[in-house]
Amino acid sequence: MLVFACQNTSFAYENRTVLSGLNFRVQSGDYLCVIGENGSGKSTLLKGLLNLEPVKSGRIIRGLPAGELGYLPQTSAAQKDFPASVYEAALSGRLGRRGFRPFYSRADKNAAQECLQKVNLWPLRRRCFRELSGGQQRRALLARALCAAGSCLVLDEPEAGLDRKSAAEMRRLLKRLNQAGLTIIMASHDLNYALKEAGQILHLQNRQLFYGAAGDYPRSRPGRKLRGGKNV
Amino acid sequence: MFSLLAEMFSYAFLTRAVIVGLLVSLCAALLGVSLVLKRYSMIGAGLSNVGFGALAVAAAFNAAPLMISIPVVVLAAFLLLRLNERSRIKGDAAIALISTSALAIGVAVVSATTGMNTDVCNYMFGSILAMSQSDVRLSIALASGVFLLFILFYRQIFAVTFDEAFARATGVNASLYNSLLAVLTAVTIALGMRMMGALLISSLIIFPALTAMRLCKQFRTVAVCSAIISVAGFLSGIICSYAYATPTGASVVIANILLFLLFWAAGLARERGFF
Ligand SMILES: Nc1ncnc2c1ncn2[C@@H]1O[C@H](COP(=O)(O)OP(=O)(O)OP(=O)(O)O)[C@@H](O)[C@H]1O
Ligand SMILES: [Mg+2]
Repeated sequence: MLVFACQNTSFAYENRTVLSGLNFRVQSGDYLCVIGENGSGKSTLLKGLLNLEPVKSGRIIRGLPAGELGYLPQTSAAQKDFPASVYEAALSGRLGRRGFRPFYSRADKNAAQECLQKVNLWPLRRRCFRELSGGQQRRALLARALCAAGSCLVLDEPEAGLDRKSAAEMRRLLKRLNQAGLTIIMASHDLNYALKEAGQILHLQNRQLFYGAAGDYPRSRPGRKLRGGKNV
Repeated sequence: MFSLLAEMFSYAFLTRAVIVGLLVSLCAALLGVSLVLKRYSMIGAGLSNVGFGALAVAAAFNAAPLMISIPVVVLAAFLLLRLNERSRIKGDAAIALISTSALAIGVAVVSATTGMNTDVCNYMFGSILAMSQSDVRLSIALASGVFLLFILFYRQIFAVTFDEAFARATGVNASLYNSLLAVLTAVTIALGMRMMGALLISSLIIFPALTAMRLCKQFRTVAVCSAIISVAGFLSGIICSYAYATPTGASVVIANILLFLLFWAAGLARERGFF
């Protein structure tokens, strides 16, 4: 089943085109890694897929309702002085799929507990979100994204700010979830990891340099240029 | 003390005023949590000036005050919200622009028609005698509606306040809940300003939330705590106002200031590890 498809899509900020010529499809169960230098347009693309940035030209086809998507932003708009417990933040990920039903169900609360346990934050659930460390905050937001992800997870540099152990745990978790059928789209600077774990690679540099199976990437022109293994 | 309370509630109009005031303080405190966190505190002040303009025009045409002021304030709330969504800096200026314009129009209409009489003074500084019986019934109905809607959509309001982009991306209709917040705020302000006065109503929105945030660290406890603070502030203010014949609005605000200082000191004490 189709999750996202871009057809000649481009994005612009105030008429300055920052990303163009996008042509790719994400099928359900895919694990797509978006790579590229700083400013190459990775975050812009992810926001565009989630309908947070308007496309300038071309189109995006979305096969899933927004309530099925989970999202981990690169920098969260969540406010710095906001009084919210870790649990409240994670639970709020379940809202999108509830429509207008007002209260959380038992299933929602169980899901929030499970997601917090997956990122090892269950013991800190009552702590105030703003009083966590940067990496703990990232993990809380990852738990929220997991809560929201019915069938597709969109992650913007999830490993940023995590220590070695947490990053490794997160990667194992993502792999497990993907094997269980969850579609994953993630922006990353870790090429080694992308080549090893991801099914597809999308290399951006304000345009689409490469899109295809991860196995084909090292032999491609942009792949050879990077001399495989060096981080982007 | 109890004889004072008994005496107070023997007046039917005072009882009604207290009921409306309690409901309005409750709504204002709950909505205030979101508004303060969204950096929309000034919208309360802006809207109350618009409300003053609307009341002045209503008085000039002998119309029912709430019938005019509620639609006008709701409209202004939508306008301010739209401007705020476009760009933050301009939204700030827009509030000042709209609120001073409404104030100027209100003052002009007043001086051209009735002149600066006690009615106008009441609009500015509030009066518990200002409400007619039909006003009171309408106020109770509307305030209960605001309260119910807030309870029903509390989770959605939390989500769009905490991280609007995420809420949007994952299928929460953020614009709808922002509009809901705007309408509820507008209705609360239009209702509350008869009693508190145009100059003081926004304090009912800002103070309880800020006070609760000195001590509470969860959204839910902040909401519950600010509701309790608001009710306590209103009751002590109105009792004081009755006992010492001080203006109602000002007394309530002063009670809120005292509560804020108390919580602020308690917050400091906790940070220093005294408890
Ligand atoms: N809100 C914005 N307004 C204007 N220009 C923007 C905005 N956000 C991003 N840009 C520009 O768009 C381009 C792509 O930015 P984007 O954030 O998508 O890069 P990225 O690939 O995610 O980079 P990084 O690896 O640093 O996260 C950059 O040139 C940036 O300057
Ligand atoms: Mg980025």
